[in-house]
Amino acid sequence: MTTNIKKTDINLVEAPPGHQGEGFFATSIEKVIGLARANSLWPLPFATSCCGIEFMATMGSNYDLARFGSERMSFSPRQADVLLVAGTIAKKLGPVLKQVYLQMAEPRWVIAIGACASSGGIFDTYSVLQGIDKVIPVDVYVPGCPPRPEQIIDGIMKVQELAKNEPLRRRNSPEYQALLTSYGIQ
Amino acid sequence: MAGITNEFLLERLQLQFGQKIKGAEETFGMVSIIIEPGSILDMLTWLNTDNLLKFKFLTDICGSHYPDLKDQELCAVYHVQSMENNVRLRMKAFMPISNPEIPSVTSLYSSANWMERETYDFYGINFTGHPNMKRILNVDEMDYFPLRKEFPLEDATRTDKEDQYFGR
Repeated sequence: MTTNIKKTDINLVEAPPGHQGEGFFATSIEKVIGLARANSLWPLPFATSCCGIEFMATMGSNYDLARFGSERMSFSPRQADVLLVAGTIAKKLGPVLKQVYLQMAEPRWVIAIGACASSGGIFDTYSVLQGIDKVIPVDVYVPGCPPRPEQIIDGIMKVQELAKNEPLRRRNSPEYQALLTSYGIQ
Repeated sequence: MAGITNEFLLERLQLQFGQKIKGAEETFGMVSIIIEPGSILDMLTWLNTDNLLKFKFLTDICGSHYPDLKDQELCAVYHVQSMENNVRLRMKAFMPISNPEIPSVTSLYSSANWMERETYDFYGINFTGHPNMKRILNVDEMDYFPLRKEFPLEDATRTDKEDQYFGR
């Protein structure tokens, strides 16, 4: 199996722990699904300002987010796995952001990129949403104003870890339902 | 054509409107007059149609809040320009905060539609006769007028700041 693959510059994902013998490999389905999810996260960029520019650099050839399995930007929320909110969200945009989140299918993750998406940033004012976690649940916060592409990649890798280790029943658990209910999401 | 001087402009305005002009001053080379709220539409119409002055361009409408002026707390400010004569004019109308009402000038200038809605949005000045007097920039659910002085600039839902470090 893996021993037959020629050594190249291409790194393959390690197989999850399991039992291996002649002609078979046994592991838990949870680990296999986690592996598949973590290495093919389709991002949905919700970029409103300078953090969005940093995210574009992250997608470009220098930083190349495609190396982490996020090759394809999904501009339809229905096919997206991870929502990347990069930039200031005005209060008037809050319901739009929530609508986009609602349109995503489970399992879905959210990254708040930058100070504004995380907490409102320098815009402590009546017209700006003080962090997107006021309207949708957030999995990973990336600090910075704006954060460098390395930090955004680190945030994506954190979501990969979450996806890899998430129990299959988590999205049906009463804790998760309670979290959604606290945001008014059924 | 020689430009119209500020003195001539003010003289002609006073000749036409007399007591309706409650005050006048010249700041930064621009005439500024204080008027009755009720007379704004008449004045703008006259300025627009007058053969000499030709103030045909509405530059801006905005609001202002002076909490210390009794019964004149809110102010609507109009800027008009005569492109032909290269002259500008500022007009201020003061209103009590208990009943801030002023006639809309949308019948004369379509561009006033946005400006009046924006002024209502931030100061709560009610432009009577406006075809669609509701908020334009802020969220519809907002229940106050954010640029009035009694409301803090900072958002009450901010959670990551320790009040003692930020003087709140």
